[in-house]
Amino acid sequence: MSEGNAEPKLARINIDGKDYQVPDGMNLVDACESVGVEIPHYCYHSHLSVAGNCRMCLVEMGMPMRDRATGEPVLDDDGVQKIGWMPKPAIACASNAKDGTYIKTQSPLVKSCREGVMEFLLVNHPLDCPICDQAGECRLQEFSTDYGRGFSRYVEEKNVKPKRTELGPRVTLDDERCILCSRCVRFCEEIDENPVLGFIERGSHSTLTCFPGKKLDSNYSLNTVDICPVGALTSTDFRFKMRVWFLKPTKSICTESSAGVNTEVWSREGKIYRITPRRNDEVNDSWMADSGRALYHTVEAEDRMKRFRIDGQVCTLGEATLRARELIQVGTVAYVASGKLSVEEQYSLRKLVEKEPGRVTFVAHTQDGDGRLISNDATPNVRGGLVTGLIKQLPVTELEALRDKLAAGEVKTVVSLGEDLIAAGIPPEMLKKANLVYLGTHRNATSDIAKVVIPTLTVFEKSGTFINQQFRLQKFAQAVPGPAGLLPDVWILDMILAECEGAKCARPSTPQVWARMAEEVPAFAGLSYAKIPDTGVLLDGSAYAELPFPETKGWHYEPAAEPATASSKF
Amino acid sequence: MAVEQRRVIYKHVDEEGYTPDIDCYMKHGGYEVLKKAIGAKPEDLCKEVLDSGVTGRGGAGFPTGMKWRFLDRKSGKPIYLICNADESEPGTFKDRQIIYQDPHQLIEGMMISAFAIQAKQAWIYIRGEFINGARILENAIEEARAKNFLGDNVLGSGFSCDIVVHRGAGAYICGEETGLIESLEGKRGYPRIKPPYFPAALGAYMCPTIVNNVETMAQVKHVIGMGGSEFAKFGVKGDPGTHIFGVSGHVQKPGYYEFEAGKITVGEMLYDVCGGPLPGRTFKALIPGGSSTKILRFGERFTGKHPNTGEDFDWGVEDIPLDAVSLKCCGTFLGTGGLIVMDDSTDMMEAIANLMAFYGHESCGQCTPCREGSLWLNKMTLRMTGGAARNQDVDLMKNIADQIEGRTICAHGEAVAWPVQSHYNKFKDEWLDKIAHQGNGNGRYNPKGYPLI
Ligand SMILES: Cc1cc2nc3c(=O)[nH]c(=O)nc-3n(C[C@H](O)[C@H](O)[C@H](O)COP(=O)(O)O)c2cc1C
Ligand code: SF4
Ligand code: SF4
Ligand code: SF4
Ligand code: FES
Repeated sequence: MSEGNAEPKLARINIDGKDYQVPDGMNLVDACESVGVEIPHYCYHSHLSVAGNCRMCLVEMGMPMRDRATGEPVLDDDGVQKIGWMPKPAIACASNAKDGTYIKTQSPLVKSCREGVMEFLLVNHPLDCPICDQAGECRLQEFSTDYGRGFSRYVEEKNVKPKRTELGPRVTLDDERCILCSRCVRFCEEIDENPVLGFIERGSHSTLTCFPGKKLDSNYSLNTVDICPVGALTSTDFRFKMRVWFLKPTKSICTESSAGVNTEVWSREGKIYRITPRRNDEVNDSWMADSGRALYHTVEAEDRMKRFRIDGQVCTLGEATLRARELIQVGTVAYVASGKLSVEEQYSLRKLVEKEPGRVTFVAHTQDGDGRLISNDATPNVRGGLVTGLIKQLPVTELEALRDKLAAGEVKTVVSLGEDLIAAGIPPEMLKKANLVYLGTHRNATSDIAKVVIPTLTVFEKSGTFINQQFRLQKFAQAVPGPAGLLPDVWILDMILAECEGAKCARPSTPQVWARMAEEVPAFAGLSYAKIPDTGVLLDGSAYAELPFPETKGWHYEPAAEPATASSKF
Repeated sequence: MAVEQRRVIYKHVDEEGYTPDIDCYMKHGGYEVLKKAIGAKPEDLCKEVLDSGVTGRGGAGFPTGMKWRFLDRKSGKPIYLICNADESEPGTFKDRQIIYQDPHQLIEGMMISAFAIQAKQAWIYIRGEFINGARILENAIEEARAKNFLGDNVLGSGFSCDIVVHRGAGAYICGEETGLIESLEGKRGYPRIKPPYFPAALGAYMCPTIVNNVETMAQVKHVIGMGGSEFAKFGVKGDPGTHIFGVSGHVQKPGYYEFEAGKITVGEMLYDVCGGPLPGRTFKALIPGGSSTKILRFGERFTGKHPNTGEDFDWGVEDIPLDAVSLKCCGTFLGTGGLIVMDDSTDMMEAIANLMAFYGHESCGQCTPCREGSLWLNKMTLRMTGGAARNQDVDLMKNIADQIEGRTICAHGEAVAWPVQSHYNKFKDEWLDKIAHQGNGNGRYNPKGYPLI
């Protein structure tokens, strides 16, 4: 997969008298947006088929005139080629940009079309934005201020339709707010391939509903809420929890799997309220699974660890890192980690391993992916371990080698970075005898018996990068502060390293880690944290093509090698 | 000076002893044209249809031969033929007689058309309310199949095509050709956007498809029967052949009549053929071609230069020749040929409210301007006829219609807008007068005190 190399063919189009270059064949709505001209639209969505029903995108369209007989350009008095304007306005969303497309988006006719459509959309709409959950991110609201007339001529009774319909376990519908744009219907049919939504009744009485006996219960159901331009479809989890204009969006990456879905994490005053997909046409288009959106609940989970501990007793960070250094230096050490760590954390761990050598094993977390945006690898960053040189082999499900070494007394200390070693096959009695240092976010059987426990931060509380199944390097930003007193994992690792080296810890920022990685990690040469675009950078993964990764085909993903033991479930 | 009817399509309609079975049809020379056609080259048949200039009878009046030329033959996909038998436009009742009384004429016309365009499969999409019509057609198809006029290897020609009758479920919009196609495919009858879904390229099941009206298909039989250039000699330039005129409303003898296009005027039709107005009444208004066409007001005059003759004309409504070209000169359309006549007992506000009740009910609801505009106009005219009209409603109605016209997915938008615009242009004074006198809230405009129908 390569990107950005081949120059896309450009088309010259003229918008309101000005010439622009846009990608040839791009939908006109998108093409105009790409050069900063807004064509208001409701039903059109870049990743769905064109329905052309809202009529908000009506523009005037024309082509330079040619003589029918001779094919010669027809010129006006000034010698300029005349434009043959179509007698009726046309919807922009049903056309693609091609050379010589002329459009008017500001003419009196276009203005009148928009005013008309806005007025029509509002006549049967319950104009109660103050109590509507969509207010603040509602296209109807936005466009009526931008393109509406601002007053109503409607004195008839409004239509009455069902309110608060539960379409499925996670989606609630207010039919009165629905503008019948059919985006949700098309999503279910075309993307989810699970058609459950449709309209009943006719005309202005048309009502969105589920097919008889069906529910909108797919794991992708919440995408309908994202693309609903109005407050008709709402997330049952999020609705009426928070006004959206109070929320701050932070660009992040979903850790549900190695698909690396791009997300936006919405928070206010350190609390996360929802996660929505962020468009990346190379990874997840505009979509994400419902399950990934629920991951923020882990931030405030009951079993979240917030105290540094030595032998179960609360201690300070300094005491914990000191004790960790002591244990690491007792004898032979082994490290257990996984693709849950960010690239920066994996690199920092490598630095520690270089100082205090020991075997590094990744634990595999496989799952049954859905062939879409949930891959078979339940961690976001196994490839980071390979690229940073932390590991050479793919993760293992059972820590057999480590168990043998512990049994033989060949390993004295184990450092676990968030891995439940007991679940990975090491008997608790054996672990109790070893020196166990545990860094992680949540309690588990292993952390309960660790000699040193250092709580760390979730993906929402720190910044960094992951490398997804496509070898796409993508960055995530910190959305909320972590629990008081906790530090980024990179700093913890850096402090332990400093302890071991007897040096001063540097507390490097993510860009600083990147400055060092760019020099030491060949794949990152020439990169910096700032240089990584929001949609990621595709790295060359060919060196690892022979490895039997567990991922199988998904959206925007073709496995390079045969998947590992596709039949055996771990 | 009565003009004679020229019954071609309706030759046997209402004829004593004429039955819809195939024996009767063949006794009267049926299927001879198909036998002749099947030996000809399909391209030549298409050429005859093109040369004849015959136009579609479903309302839009588009030249049929031209439509067939638009077929995408390069795609390599099968070509389909659909006969539009959804006849639902208020005031239109012409296809019905063909279906019920002379179904084989339609089937013969369809098979000739199917052979000409080399269709792989043909359908008749018939309105749900024509229950017996559907049975009659199915029966006729079986009769024709038994005689090898359709089905496999038609008359040993190697050409195969079957006809399937598909019943609609009672929605006007399924008469719009792309809504019809969606419905035929088993989906909601939502008209498609054009571009890109022109039926001739991306029709039924995304294959090139021709949709023609029942009467158009029947006309094709006669085009091939007499030859394109011979057919073109009848009627007028731009509108050759005969038209079936369905006259309804306030005349003595409403009914269906077939005349050569342009050979009879409105006045002759209404007075001589239909027996004039009801006793003591005078004509007030005429909707010339199905309820969506623009209304004419008796007493108004139309002037201009006629494109066919190049001569100046100065006509009252009575003087307008009934052909598509002349009616267009007068700012309206021949449409489906359904003439709706209103006399001076008609309350024009009730008239528009009646039309809006229909179009508000029949909008498919897909696109915003038609969906919301038509129901708005419906609710509004209902209120207005209920005695609660406001003066400003009159201009508002016109403005709403202007916001619909030309901005919708299908021509249902125009079907809503044109009546409002034309009634406004011609009867605004009556609306305002009624509003001024609506007084007791009963609101019936009947200054002459006729018993209301
Ligand atoms: C709202 C609407 C309703 C229509 N209903 C009918 C109908 O009932 N029967 C019909 O033949 N054509 C109907 N038409 C016209 C068809 O779309 C199409 O133009 C016609 O079937 C083409 O046939 P023709 O070329 O033989 O006239 C309707 C069009 C519109 C916009
Ligand atoms: S959907 Fe939009 S316009 Fe409608 S009430 Fe909600 S915020 Fe207001
Ligand atoms: S619920 Fe929303 S997305 Fe679905 S049709 Fe209505 S407005 Fe469009
Ligand atoms: S114009 Fe009316 S009938 Fe036609 S698609 Fe739009 S809403 Fe449906
Ligand atoms: S965006 Fe709705 S019609 Fe174009």
